[in-house]
Order: sequence, then structure tokens, then C-alpha cells
Amino acid sequence: MAMDATEIEQLIKQGIADAQVTIEDLRGDGDHYSALVVSAAFEGKSRVQQHQMVYQALEGRMGGQLHALALQTAVPGAES
Amino acid sequence: MLGFMNNFSWWPWGATQTQGDQKMSDNPAFDSIQSELDANDVVLFMKGTPVFPQCGFSSMVVQVLGHVGVKFKGIDVLADDAVRNGIKEFSNWPTIPQLYVKGEFIGGCDIIREMYEAGELQETLKAKGVETEAA
Repeated sequence: MAMDATEIEQLIKQGIADAQVTIEDLRGDGDHYSALVVSAAFEGKSRVQQHQMVYQALEGRMGGQLHALALQTAVPGAES
Repeated sequence: MLGFMNNFSWWPWGATQTQGDQKMSDNPAFDSIQSELDANDVVLFMKGTPVFPQCGFSSMVVQVLGHVGVKFKGIDVLADDAVRNGIKEFSNWPTIPQLYVKGEFIGGCDIIREMYEAGELQETLKAKGVETEAA
């Protein structure tokens, strides 16, 4: 069921071309990740819409194959 | 009016929805989901109940809502598979929990936590005219 961090990063970058993706394996178990995704494509979008774009890039894996991905999104220059 | 409420093709992401080929309004769970949203200002779709959450993410949002001091209706998706699967399609959101305020999807646990920490959750509730009692 677990997913590789590189695979998550590749999928997000395929879906959102300019995305800078920072992934952390929170427990070292390949199953609980956090991701910070920074993209100019998020400009003017709500948080919900930004997360939906990332989930769409993950092509249905979120909530299934990918159990836990704590997600944070931002536009360039606004990362916290 | 009811016909309009039951037709979800006006959702902004309806046109770009590419996953699956289900017609969104065909899901029988949508009616019961919509009636909960119509009847309650703040609705949390969660795993377990507010008193006994069955998942850490749901538990976190229950705690946040407690801190904010807002009354909400918790709906246990584990008790109903149709709602459990239906709400994901309804919101175009793959995970539980999901928080709705006055019929609007606000977010899942990451967004709720982020909003709470920034004070935005409280502002959103206030802006929507929902009463809170700061604990």
C-alpha cells in the first residue's frame, strides 16, 4: 500500500508543471508523508482548490494507496 | 428550487472533473448529504463520533472545533458506506474528515488546522454568522 516519496513528487510535478515539491517521510514507514507544494498555478485559487489540484495530480491515489499525506500549498514567495 | 439544489453540474469543478464517468447527480447519497447540510450550520463528516473519534485526523478537527467553541453535527461515515463514498465525490475531496459551514465545503484536516492556527477559521465562522463561544 505504501508509496515512494519520489513517485509522489513525480506525480505532482507531472500534474502541476512548475511545482516545487518538498516531501518528508514523517515516520520513516513510507506511508505517512507531508508535502509542501509551491506553484504559481495556485495564484488566485482557494486552499480547497489548491489541494484539489494536488489530489488530481495524484490521480486517485490519495485516500487509497496513499494513506496519509499532510498537505500544504503555497504560491511562490508566500511559503510559511 | 429543489431541482436546482439537486443538480450539481453548476459546481465550479464540474466541468473539469475527469476522474471516473459517474454522473454526479446520480449518487443516491447526495440527497441525504444535502439535507444534513441544509439542516445544520456546521457539519463534520468524520470517522467515529465527536465523543469517540475513530481516527486521529477526525479527532484533531473535533478538538479544533471544541477550542473554537462552535456547535456542530458530526456524521459518522463509518456507519454508512453510501455516505462514506458519496461525500468524497460530493466534495471532490478524497479523504475524511470534511468540514462544511452553511453548506460550503471548508476543508479537510490540514486546511482546518492551518486556518485555525492563522485565526481564519474563527473569522470564517463569524463572517458566515455562526455563533462561537471561545473556550
